[in-house]
Amino acid sequence: MKQELFERTHTAEWDAFAAMCGKTGQGDLPRAYRRICHHLALARQRCYTAGLVRRLDNLVMRGHQELYGNASGLTRGWGDFVLRGLPRRVRALRGPVLAAVLLFGLPFGALTLASRRNTELAAMVESPQELAHMESMYQSGKEKFGRKDAADADVQMFGFYIWNNVRIGFQAFAGGIVFGLGSIFFLFFNGLHGGAAAGWVTHAGLGRNFWSFVVTHSALEIPSLILSGAAGLHLGWALLAPGRRRRGQALREAVKEALPLVYGAAAMDVGAACLEAFWSSSALTPQAVKFGAGGALWAAVLAYFLFAGRRHAR
Amino acid sequence: MIDTLTRVETPEGVELEFSPAGPVPRALAWLLDAVIRYTADGILASLLAQLGRTGVGIVLIILFLMEWGYPVIFEVFNGGQTPGKMALGLRVIREDGAPVGWSRSVVRSLLTTADFLPFAYGTGLTAMFLGRRFQRLGDLAAGTLVVHVPPRFQPLWAAGGPPEAPFPLPFPLTQLEQRAVMSFAERVPLLTRERVEELGDLLEPLSGARGPEGVRRLLAIARDLRGQA
Repeated sequence: MKQELFERTHTAEWDAFAAMCGKTGQGDLPRAYRRICHHLALARQRCYTAGLVRRLDNLVMRGHQELYGNASGLTRGWGDFVLRGLPRRVRALRGPVLAAVLLFGLPFGALTLASRRNTELAAMVESPQELAHMESMYQSGKEKFGRKDAADADVQMFGFYIWNNVRIGFQAFAGGIVFGLGSIFFLFFNGLHGGAAAGWVTHAGLGRNFWSFVVTHSALEIPSLILSGAAGLHLGWALLAPGRRRRGQALREAVKEALPLVYGAAAMDVGAACLEAFWSSSALTPQAVKFGAGGALWAAVLAYFLFAGRRHAR
Repeated sequence: MIDTLTRVETPEGVELEFSPAGPVPRALAWLLDAVIRYTADGILASLLAQLGRTGVGIVLIILFLMEWGYPVIFEVFNGGQTPGKMALGLRVIREDGAPVGWSRSVVRSLLTTADFLPFAYGTGLTAMFLGRRFQRLGDLAAGTLVVHVPPRFQPLWAAGGPPEAPFPLPFPLTQLEQRAVMSFAERVPLLTRERVEELGDLLEPLSGARGPEGVRRLLAIARDLRGQA
């Protein structure tokens, strides 16, 4: 068949198909799409001109996007994700999660304990100005703990915590693609700085103020950092030890497996920012209430990740 | 062959062709997006500055959303195109040709941080040059490509000209040769007169003439091959 005849025979069909794309539920799109694919194959095989092939190519591309693009999956199944999916995923990735716990926990614990006695250790990690700030932030008699400037508004701090903490979580994940090094860095140094601050403030006799500020939101903030870091470590490990897969494939699969942790971590960070901005800082709430609520939240978070979703859904 | 075309086979057994975009158009698209983003940031910040310290908090949240969400929102809801990519005729697609969804777009956005390292997108640029398909780390991890949007089809034959006197083929042509002549005729409206004649002169053995007469004869052959009355 000469090209001219081919075009004249099918042009109406092609135009109809182009109109069909973009409007869902109109006509038999899959059937029309298969015919266009057939026409494209014919046009290539019969060596029709580049212009016609490109025209059909464009049509096939649009049909392909229409048929195989999945509907947005953001709202679908999020309840199930919260109740079961996330804790299951965390337990499935317990290797990197435990590694992240150790990478954060060991420097944190060691410095907290050590710098109570030996304040030089804290001074090696933090600058003197930073340590002085730390002390002033948790002085008794303040209206709000944890603020460098007493006039800072709650909403302002909320914005700052979102902007800063969620970003640190994202970076702890993204840094994992450098063979896990970025995640290790973020986990270790946050542990180091946290431990130095805690030890120093405790040494200065402000321990109760400090821990009452920290305990409320840390149940969300610290697991959040650990999940982000663990997700990054999972990427890094996939690149280092891809097993019997190509590195690219291993990376893509690892990303898919780790991404739920990043979503969970971001959500927890937003929750932590709420608590930290609007409640942790308040010096009016009795410290016993704060320790009670914070302890309960810690227990709830740990129980959630350990036990939620263990039974089969339905 | 030195071309960057990527072929993807669909379940229907036909191949789709994509041409991945190189660093230069992508950098320009990035620049345009950055200008748009920072302008929007600046306008919102100056408006919210009226609210004092509370406004600062809201601005920080907006900065956060713009930093991470700007590409994701546009790529998911605008067919893989941020405004910058639209202006440069680029589009983000999945490696199999389907549109990007939430997860892949989020991964691309998150890993922009890693691509930026150590400075000025050094890692991303290196990754783009190492692979065949210009993928930065974010693309590799998400399984996405940035491709040139193919130009819209224009039925050039319809523009046509006055009908040519038929010119008989001096000898039979193979299928590929036939296509070359037909594609030449198809492109004539896009080229300058001089270029058309220059190309036509290459086919002197076929048309037996040079200059405008050669081109006229080639167009006549093409019409005949195409089956145009």
